[in-house]
Amino acid sequence: MTAPQPTEDAELRLIGLTKRFGPITAVDDLHLRVPSGAFIALLGPSGCGKTTTLRMVAGLEAPTAGQILLGDTDLTGLKPYRRPVNTVFQSYALFPHLDIYENVAFGLRRSGIKDVRAQVGQMLELVQLTGFERRRPSQVSGGQAQRVALARALINHPKMLLLDEPLGALDLKLRREMQLTLKRIQEEVRITFLHVTHDQEEAMTMADTIAVMSQGRIEQLGHPEQLYERPRTQFVANFLGQSNMLRATVDGRDGDLVTLRIADTTLVVPAEMLSHGMLTASGEVHVGVRPEKLDLAPVDDPVPQGRNALRGVVVDTSFMGTSTQYLVRTGWDQELTVFAQNRHTDVVAPGTRVRLTWRPEHAFVLDADTPTSAAAPQPAVAP
Amino acid sequence: MTQPLVAPAADTGADVAPPVRRRGRWIPYLLLLPGLLWLAIFFVLPMLTVASTSLQEGSLAQGYELTWRVANYTEAAQRYAAQFSRAFLFAAASTVLALVVSYPLAYFIAFKAGRWRNLLLLLVIAPFFTSFLIRTLAWKIILSDSGWVVGTFQTLGLLPEQGRLLATSVAVIAGLTYNFLPFMTLPLYASLEKIDRSLIEAATDLYASPFTAFWKVTWPLSLPGVVAGTLLTFIPAAGDFVNVRFLGTPSQSMIGNVIESRFLVVLDYPTAAALSFTLMLAILLLVGLYVRRAGTETIV
Amino acid sequence: MSRRLWRGVTRNLVGFYAALALLYLFLPVFVVIVFSFNDNVGRFNFTWQGFTLDSWLNPCGVAGLCQAMIRSIQIAIVSTIVATALGTMVAFALVRHRFRGRAMTNLLIFLPMASPEVVLGSAMLALFLNVGVRTGFLTILLGHIMFNISYVVVTVKARLLGMDSRLEEAAMDLYADEWQTFRRVTLPLVTPGVVAAALLAFALSFDDFIITLFNSGNTTTFPLFVYGAAQRGIPPQINVMGTALFAVAFVVLLVGQVTRRFRRS
Repeated sequence: MTAPQPTEDAELRLIGLTKRFGPITAVDDLHLRVPSGAFIALLGPSGCGKTTTLRMVAGLEAPTAGQILLGDTDLTGLKPYRRPVNTVFQSYALFPHLDIYENVAFGLRRSGIKDVRAQVGQMLELVQLTGFERRRPSQVSGGQAQRVALARALINHPKMLLLDEPLGALDLKLRREMQLTLKRIQEEVRITFLHVTHDQEEAMTMADTIAVMSQGRIEQLGHPEQLYERPRTQFVANFLGQSNMLRATVDGRDGDLVTLRIADTTLVVPAEMLSHGMLTASGEVHVGVRPEKLDLAPVDDPVPQGRNALRGVVVDTSFMGTSTQYLVRTGWDQELTVFAQNRHTDVVAPGTRVRLTWRPEHAFVLDADTPTSAAAPQPAVAP
Repeated sequence: MTQPLVAPAADTGADVAPPVRRRGRWIPYLLLLPGLLWLAIFFVLPMLTVASTSLQEGSLAQGYELTWRVANYTEAAQRYAAQFSRAFLFAAASTVLALVVSYPLAYFIAFKAGRWRNLLLLLVIAPFFTSFLIRTLAWKIILSDSGWVVGTFQTLGLLPEQGRLLATSVAVIAGLTYNFLPFMTLPLYASLEKIDRSLIEAATDLYASPFTAFWKVTWPLSLPGVVAGTLLTFIPAAGDFVNVRFLGTPSQSMIGNVIESRFLVVLDYPTAAALSFTLMLAILLLVGLYVRRAGTETIV
Repeated sequence: MSRRLWRGVTRNLVGFYAALALLYLFLPVFVVIVFSFNDNVGRFNFTWQGFTLDSWLNPCGVAGLCQAMIRSIQIAIVSTIVATALGTMVAFALVRHRFRGRAMTNLLIFLPMASPEVVLGSAMLALFLNVGVRTGFLTILLGHIMFNISYVVVTVKARLLGMDSRLEEAAMDLYADEWQTFRRVTLPLVTPGVVAAALLAFALSFDDFIITLFNSGNTTTFPLFVYGAAQRGIPPQINVMGTALFAVAFVVLLVGQVTRRFRRS
């Protein structure tokens, strides 16, 4: 079984991929296309099916239905050792009875390659572990083991690298370092990386593209900014960062903008944000605004041109270092979260009447009746 | 580098892949077959044979016939009730003694031994490399009338002037206790070693004295080991006959002695089989009850 | 007693107790070793008469002793090999596979260990009598393999359970097919458990007395020889053998410990 040569044609396609364990459907009719050389993250809470999907691509789990295509090859029935795909496991899975050198060389040796010395040396250099050849897995730290696992996988020049929550066991600082290292390496070797994680920050830092998964399905797929600024479901809106959700009624249209009403306040959003399916019978939608997009100012300050404005009372403040978090209660008794960047402005005391403004294009709109994937976490701010 | 991705891929018209064939489904059965077959032939079948033999009557000269003679059981139970009860009594006594001796030893190795742990475990097992019989003979020397143990006991007044230790129940129980010590110590050690130290620290943090911490935390958590150890000690002890042979007299004989003599000397197979089967059932019953009560999970 | 002394005693009470327990454990061993040097007169080697190396220089001087030893070793070797093979396969099936009848299998493995030897031995004899098989070397062997299987299963199973199953997945992910995965990952990692099981099986078989007694016919193993000697007369050579057994086993285990520690560092 020879290790396959890297080719350009390494597009991954998942077609109708399904996995059922008895009565439980872990992965539900998944469709996905990942171009060669992309860094894609499967992001979601535990139980959403992301790891199962990864294992099916690796060949460690057999799909109940559907196909997995890599380039021209149908991987679906193939055993893991016949797939030009390698995995970095969550617990690293380094072979305890072999030293680092033999661990890294394992895949090459199984492929019949005799002279591995040069390649092992190169790989260890890539992950900055030169000199660790003779050590045993029990003698290296978590971060080092992580890098060995990475080297062991990459040395085979797979068409695709699968990473199963590889940074979960590392402490924060090390995790941040490894995130950047992985991104750098991916850019260097130009192999497709499929990364599974439940950490949205990690996904946004590393991946070009994120597929947010919930209950076996992809909720939304796109670039991090797309998902963050234009979430299409409440689940995505709440899984990535925090959102303030305002339930408003559609009033009318005014050129490029749509007017909405909430209590006695009028808001506008760009018309393109509403799709035709979004207007329910009652004409209600959810307008989402991220806390960092809200500007806090004294209630009597003039509202800048073209902005939406709300009035409220500061209920609570928290100093968070880079920003101050305010809770503001609106006229209709909803508490909104505001992140104000600390720029030498005085902290606004609780009890102060304030006005919040934001640019219309800084919001996103969700269908008021969108089922928010039953198991969705509570919205960041209670309505 | 990347192109915009498409979430719902255009339908490629590809067929749904068939589920992967599960070819290896008979592998476990192949693996199990030789071992389980061996046990079926040389354990299950003998048990069935014993059950059948116990219901036969006849003699070596005339031959045996299966007459379903349940009286074999009742007669044997009556005649040998004393040996049965003695066997269980001795086994119980030696199990308790073994527990008393082993627990502190296991505790020491698990909690206080540090680096010397493995060496100490080795020392616990090492004496049992000399043959079982040779060790028991050694006790015969140690407990002999002219030995210093008897002498010391006599001086201390624990024994009368001409008192003996050999040929008494004390010697038999002492032998039984000694012979199965590792079977008690090792499971105790295994279960003590697994106890999370921070639980004990938490107890002392919550005002427990060292003794209370032991009684309320360590002891209950070590119970699986205690159960395993007592079973592994009691069962062989109840069926033993060697200790009586070497260290006791026929007046201390246990049910094991009776079974041995009935089978190998007197050749009274039906009675011997009845006794054997009864012993087996009694042990199984005890094991079942004890395990259920002490609440352990899998023993294997 | 002063407070400090009392606290010193109680703190070290467990250690003190443990030392006593170890002494108690080794007492018979000392006696066996010492009496192997006994210049024995008379049939039974129970009273000390003087020091001599004669028995050590002439270990096979007693008729039948060394033959019995050889018998025991032969039986132990064969039963170890067979029982280890069968038991390891069962352990693999139990840990790595799904199958019907798991509860029954566990019960069948457990029962021989839970039965007194007198029951096991006599039951086998009953079978052989019924079927008309003559007892002897072969029947001893059959019996030893039977009880050893359970112990091998338990030992290997414990080792397998401690092994991360992801390792085999990782191997397959790295182009090792099923056979290569087994050879290069599973086998090296399970071997220590299999070796431990084999050693245990060997010791149990070598030292087995009760089951052997019932099924030995005319064959004499070392424990059977000792049993007979207890009635006929106990030469010091028996103590010599006992001491030798102890020394060999002790050294083997010690070496095992040391190599494990050496390999780890």
